[in-house]
Amino acid sequence: MIAALRDVVVEYEGRGRALGPFSLTVQPGEIVAVAGPSGCGKSTALRLLAGLEAPTSGEVVREVGRGRTSLVFQAPTLMPWADAAANVALPLELAERPAGERAERVAHALRRVGLSDAARAFPAQLSGGMAMRVSLARALVTEPKLLLLDEPFAALDGLTRRTLVEDVHRLWEQTRPAIVFVTHDVEEAVYLASRVVVMTAGPGRAATEVAIDAPLPRHAGFRATELFRNAVEDITEALDAAARRVA
Amino acid sequence: MRRLADIAAPVVLLLVLCGIWEASVRLLEVPTYFLPPPSAVLLAIIERAPLLLVSAWNTLQMALLGLFFASITGMVIALIAGLHRLFEKAVRPIAIALQVTPVVALAPLVSIWAGLDHPGRAVVGLAAVVAFFPILSGALSGLKATDRDLERLFRLYGAGPLQTLVRLRLPSAAPMIVEGHRVAAGLAVIGAVVGEFVAGSGATQGLAWRILEAGNRLRTAEMFAAVVVLMLLGLMVHGAMGVFERRMLERWRGKAR
Repeated sequence: MIAALRDVVVEYEGRGRALGPFSLTVQPGEIVAVAGPSGCGKSTALRLLAGLEAPTSGEVVREVGRGRTSLVFQAPTLMPWADAAANVALPLELAERPAGERAERVAHALRRVGLSDAARAFPAQLSGGMAMRVSLARALVTEPKLLLLDEPFAALDGLTRRTLVEDVHRLWEQTRPAIVFVTHDVEEAVYLASRVVVMTAGPGRAATEVAIDAPLPRHAGFRATELFRNAVEDITEALDAAARRVA
Repeated sequence: MRRLADIAAPVVLLLVLCGIWEASVRLLEVPTYFLPPPSAVLLAIIERAPLLLVSAWNTLQMALLGLFFASITGMVIALIAGLHRLFEKAVRPIAIALQVTPVVALAPLVSIWAGLDHPGRAVVGLAAVVAFFPILSGALSGLKATDRDLERLFRLYGAGPLQTLVRLRLPSAAPMIVEGHRVAAGLAVIGAVVGEFVAGSGATQGLAWRILEAGNRLRTAEMFAAVVVLMLLGLMVHGAMGVFERRMLERWRGKAR
């Protein structure tokens, strides 16, 4: 186990309950997708796992230090006044790593996402997909043990999304961090993760869990297989049911 | 062609208005002490150009000095307020009260505090008082307009409040801080002129003094000349700060590279 939520409930003043009770255990090196309708508290669950928020009740267990956790948001969330390299260097700078080590690791992280040539480019000069890659490089530069992705590709077009999903698998293979991936896109969840946790509409609880029994990274025709289509079908139905139960 | 027309339109209108002014003053035989024709104003500008330029330079210097002091105090207060929420709550109403008090009403006070022997200080002080609010307000809003997710990242990577202020909130606020300074520069000129009207004596020798002096001698054309130069000075400051703001933003976003 690397991090876990145990019967956590999050309540916000004025807004009432946003999440839970909800439990999720993340094993080292696994990829978990959390799928659910918007407003079900997926992002809140991710912030709990990151240690950025405390639950109202329940328990958050984290076996990783803060420095080994990374977070990627729906938007690239780059500093517009800093170039790509400076953005990627941020976590190392805040951890006060020496400049030499910093430069080396930043260059390596940018190479991993295929953006060595864009190191001096500012966020305004990058395309949406490139900016997202810089964001990924920033998350990877600390060699995280736990990588939290909050609908990272939701704002991108279909083709860019597919490439980035492949990239996530390729990057995962190199260092095997545990990945928790929040999405409302069922196909993306099935393609990326070895298990998919389906949440009910807000305040979200775990509705069901579907294991995807196929090797990671996926082979070329995986989206055309029966396994893929069945899993997508099952999860879509579960999502529908979860949404109906509330309505 | 279209751009040329856009530039020409206001110039043509100005010339037409001046023509009507000139013609009516001549036809109606208005006395020059009451309303001089534009030709007389132009003549006065040319005749007194050296003095007007020196006066304009004096006014500009006092305004910029005021802007400088306003910038330092405004930024220091905004940064402290950025670290202490309660301090911000305490400062804001006082700053707003200062802002809504007409600067003319403050002028006699400031001139007493500056010392009657130092009218220049009073002028600089008043320029600073009016320039202070837009700088403080721009910086305060800017420091609060930080991207929430970036703040979360800073927290995740263990940044303290001071680190977050210097490395995230201050650079995020840069465009609004520059914008505040642009507005403040225009106001500083107004503050300096008001200050000179109230506190002014021959010692300040700015454009406002030129107006007072000419007014006392009923040399209306010379009053107009000083007003026109004041207007040009205002336009110049406005234009220069506009260019400054654009340059800074380009640098900030990295467009210049």
